[in-house]
Order: sequence, then structure tokens, then C-alpha cells
Amino acid sequence: MSRNKAVKTGTKVKKSREDWIFDIVLYTIAVILALIALYPMYFIVIASFSDPALVSNGEIMFIPKGVNFKAYKELASYSKLWIGYRNTILYVIVGMAVTLIVNIPASYALSRKGLYGKKFFTAFYLIPMFFTGGLIPTYMVVKQFNLLDNFFVMVIPFSVVTYYIIVGRTFFNTSIPDDLWEAAQLDGCGYIGFFFRVVLPLSKAVIAVIALWAAVGQWNSYFNALIYLRSPELQPLQIVLRSILIGNQTISAMTTGAAAVEAKQMADLIKYAVIVVSSAPIMCMYPLVQKYFNQGVMLGSLKG
Amino acid sequence: MSNHNKQKKKGSVGFVEGVKRSKSLYLLMLPSIVIFLLFTYYPMYGVLIAFKDFTPAQGIMGSPWAGLKYFKQFFNSYQFTLTIRNTLVISLYTILVTFPLPIAMALMCNQMKALKFKKFFQVSTYLPHFISTVVMCGMIILFLSPSSGIIAKLVGLLGFKLPNLMGSASAFPHIYVWTEAWQHVGWDSILYIATLSAVDPTLYEAATMDGASKWHKMLHIDIPALMPTATIMFILRMGSVMSVGFEKIYLLQNTLNSSTSEIISTYVYKVGLVSNQYSLSSAIGLFNNLINLILLLTVNAISKKLGDTSLI
Repeated sequence: MSRNKAVKTGTKVKKSREDWIFDIVLYTIAVILALIALYPMYFIVIASFSDPALVSNGEIMFIPKGVNFKAYKELASYSKLWIGYRNTILYVIVGMAVTLIVNIPASYALSRKGLYGKKFFTAFYLIPMFFTGGLIPTYMVVKQFNLLDNFFVMVIPFSVVTYYIIVGRTFFNTSIPDDLWEAAQLDGCGYIGFFFRVVLPLSKAVIAVIALWAAVGQWNSYFNALIYLRSPELQPLQIVLRSILIGNQTISAMTTGAAAVEAKQMADLIKYAVIVVSSAPIMCMYPLVQKYFNQGVMLGSLKG
Repeated sequence: MSNHNKQKKKGSVGFVEGVKRSKSLYLLMLPSIVIFLLFTYYPMYGVLIAFKDFTPAQGIMGSPWAGLKYFKQFFNSYQFTLTIRNTLVISLYTILVTFPLPIAMALMCNQMKALKFKKFFQVSTYLPHFISTVVMCGMIILFLSPSSGIIAKLVGLLGFKLPNLMGSASAFPHIYVWTEAWQHVGWDSILYIATLSAVDPTLYEAATMDGASKWHKMLHIDIPALMPTATIMFILRMGSVMSVGFEKIYLLQNTLNSSTSEIISTYVYKVGLVSNQYSLSSAIGLFNNLINLILLLTVNAISKKLGDTSLI
């Protein structure tokens, strides 16, 4: 803040011609970049409730025309989408809980100076960042534990994330003063009591960050579902989206009659609508939790 | 570091005593240790199937040894140079574009004194980051459609005709890299913006006194301030050159562009889980893993030599 003020008074005294040109170039580029970032998303929204024929002819560019909600009506009765939605919400909630339960205590333990074998455990968590068994061996292990095509394969096997542990450890190292621990020890508090009674209430920021990362990760992921799930009733939203958005990309090959053209236009319209329906929740959530996300990036950048 | 040593000396406890004192901490780590051992460490032993003629019926131990047969099969196959070349092209091209752009964007942001506009600029450039990979690929395919896509229409306004880019092998790397930039550059700039906000304000004041223009301040204060963070990020990026994201490439792949879009990870998936050649797939995956490890260690060693920033 103080810097902004200082620079402002500084530039007010004499804003040179050079600085004027600099500012004009800067803001012009910034406006162009912001438009490039926003326009595709804006277009999808207006296309999703415009007349499909007009969209396909390129008559919809900046304002919606022939407003209708046909595509949304079709989607409302498409049960697969809503099953996917339900599953994803379950995976997000359960996955987030498991991620927190597993990673936060571990990162706290790693941050304690008194941990015996600290180097060994740090290496234990770091090694998988550099070396893993690979796709096939992991698949076989999941199969061996009977987790193929099982709800829990989405929330348990891959819930330990080294990066989260490092971020948590950095936070506990830098934000929980040693004095607190010494005082707690005098009061007869052990590591576990200290963790639950003192550390957790002081660590809402880092818990929020990791919870959000885990939630966004679950919401967007489709790789694990692609590999480990088979039954339609377990598929998450992203797999359903894949079949709608990418699965039928060859429909255009059989456009011959007028009905086929209309069907193809309607299919595109549904795609725009499904993008809106599936992305809106996470996009609307973002501004509300933005400050936690930014905090998280800073935490991750501190070297532990 | 000094703290750690002091603790060690003061403590200087034996194994039994040390374990006893830390047992409640071990309890806190237990869930993560169990999960890691079962699903991350245990599969590591499965890499043995890369050296065996594996059949599910015989199991990992029961299958006969094959030595380096599957590695040789991969090295001699037509896919070897193809997948490695594609992986490298896409990966290096991505770094070339998406490593410097967030730095440039942070420098821009740092110069904006109109705070409301700055906020608007940041939020609008972050938003695309939250689009899922599947939706992103759906958008790319919809937008690039030569008959009904919005890009074809916009290009049409200028009097050009858009070719079928999704069906063109030569266009694939460009599509991948520039959509990647669209989606993540704003988000990746947060780290650099945070770094810049920690720069000592007296530096700017002194520079203003000396009559430095905004451009010069950016060149001589901001860019040097970003160097340490940028170095770490660069090491991380170079260390993962061989692991390009599977998801996006797999979704954008089709038979027309596969000559530039088949990368190691998509090939491992197809060989392994689509055509069930477990041993071959594992051999390719292991080979990729080793190159990654070597790259990371090399880049880290180089940067240690050049300056004092290193990762490990």
C-alpha cells in the first residue's frame, strides 16, 4: 500500500512523456488480454440460449438472438448428466474429507523438530514425486484390493499428495510459534493434544487451501474414473461430459438431409449448454474463495 | 538447519528412546503412510513385469524372466522415435510459451496503478484456469469446427477460410500449446505477482528520484527481483519435460493428427490397458520415468553450479 502511494506522488510530480507512452501501451495490451480471456466464455453462455441455426451460421457473436431454453430443457431430462453430477458431488465431499484427514496430520508431524527419523520420513514422502510404479503396476494393485469399479477407488488410493504435505509443513513451520509448543508442554500437553487444541484452530487458512485444491481437483479429474471405473452409475460428471462433448464429434460426417443438419445444430447447442451447467458452480465459487487460493500459491512458494 | 543440529545434540537420544518420544507423531502419520505403502510403494515392485513375460494367470513372481526384451522391442519399434519426438516437441514448445508469459503478465500487473482495473484484469485472466480439461477440449473442438465454429466465423469476417485444424497433424502442437497458455498463464502469474509485492518500496522511490522511467524501473528492479523464483520454476518445468499431461492430449487425439499427438503417456495407456500388453507398457513407462529422474537431477545440478538456487 505504502509503495502505491509513494509511486503515485512520485509520478504526479512529473509524469514524463516516456511514462505516458508506457501506460498507454500497458493498458491497451491489458484490455486486449482480458477480452481474449473472457470472450470465449461469454460466447458459450450467449450461444447456449440462442437459436441453434443462427449460432451455426455465425450470426451470434456478441449479443444473443432468438432466445430460447431448448437445450437446457433437454439437459434437464437427461438423467445420466444428473447421476454424474450427484456422483461428482459425493466424490468431492468424501475426497476432500479424506485428503484433509490424511495429509494435514502428516504434515504437522513432519514439521515437529522432535520427530525421530525426520529425514527418513521426509524422503518417504518425497520419493514418489520422482519415481512411481507406473500405470500398469498401479492398476494391478488396485485390482488386487478389489477396488476396481468401486466408489472408494476415487477417494482413497491417491489421497496422499506430497505437495499438500509440503505446503502444510511449511505453514506449520512458519506460522505456529515455538513458544506456544513450549507453553503447552509445560501444561502437560502432548503432540496430539497440541495438534487438536492449538494447531488446528490456528490453521484455518492452510486447511481451506488444501480443501479447495482437493475439491477442484476432484471436480475436474477424469483420468482415474476412465481407468478404474466401469459402471455407468459410478461415473463422475467429467466422464459424462466427455461422452457428450467429445464422444460424438463424428456426428457431422452423416449430415445429408435437412433433419440431420438440424440435429447437428441442436447437438452443438446442447454442448454449449452442458458446458455452462457443468462449469458454472466452480466459476461462481471462485470469487468467494479467491483470497484462500492466492494465499495457497504464496504458501507453496515458500521454501520449507 | 542450525536449529535442527542443536536439537540433535541436545536430544542425542537412542533409537528406542527416540521412537518412544515420537510415537504419537507416528500415529498422526499412520494413515498417510499406510495409503502410500499400499498404493504407491507396493506398485513399485510391480515394475518387475517390465523385465518379465507377464501373464495375469502366472502372477508377477511366477512369470518367466524376459530380460530387456520389451525395452528392445520398444527401442526398435516405429513408435519409439515418434512418441519421443512428439513428447519433446510438445513439452519444450509448451515451456517456451508458458514459462515466460506469466512473468510478463506479472510485470504488467505490477505496473497497473488503477486498482479497480487491475482487479478486473486479474480475475478475468484467472477464470479460465477453473475450466476442466474435458470442457476445455470440448470448447476447442467446438470453436475450431470449420463449418460452425466461432473462430471460423471470426476469421471469415476478415475474408479467410479456416482449414480443419483438428484434423491437421501440423496444427496440433500449436493448438495444444496456445490453448494451454489461454487457460493457465493468468493463474501462473499469481506466484510472480506475490513475489513482486514483496519488493522493498524504497528501491522504487530511489529510482524515481534518480529520474528512472517506469520502463527502466521494470527492467532494473522488477526483473532481477523475479529471478530466484523464476529459476526454481524453470528447474521444476525442465525436470518434468518428459511428462506432458495425458488427459488433454488424449482427449484431443484423433486418427488424423496422431502422427504429432501420440506421446509416451498416451502410448503407454493404449499398449497397456487397451491392448493388454502389460509388460511392454510397463517397460515404456519405466523408461520414461528414468529419463525424467535423470533430467531433474541434471537440471538441478546445473543450477546449483550456476548460482545458489536449487531445488533439492
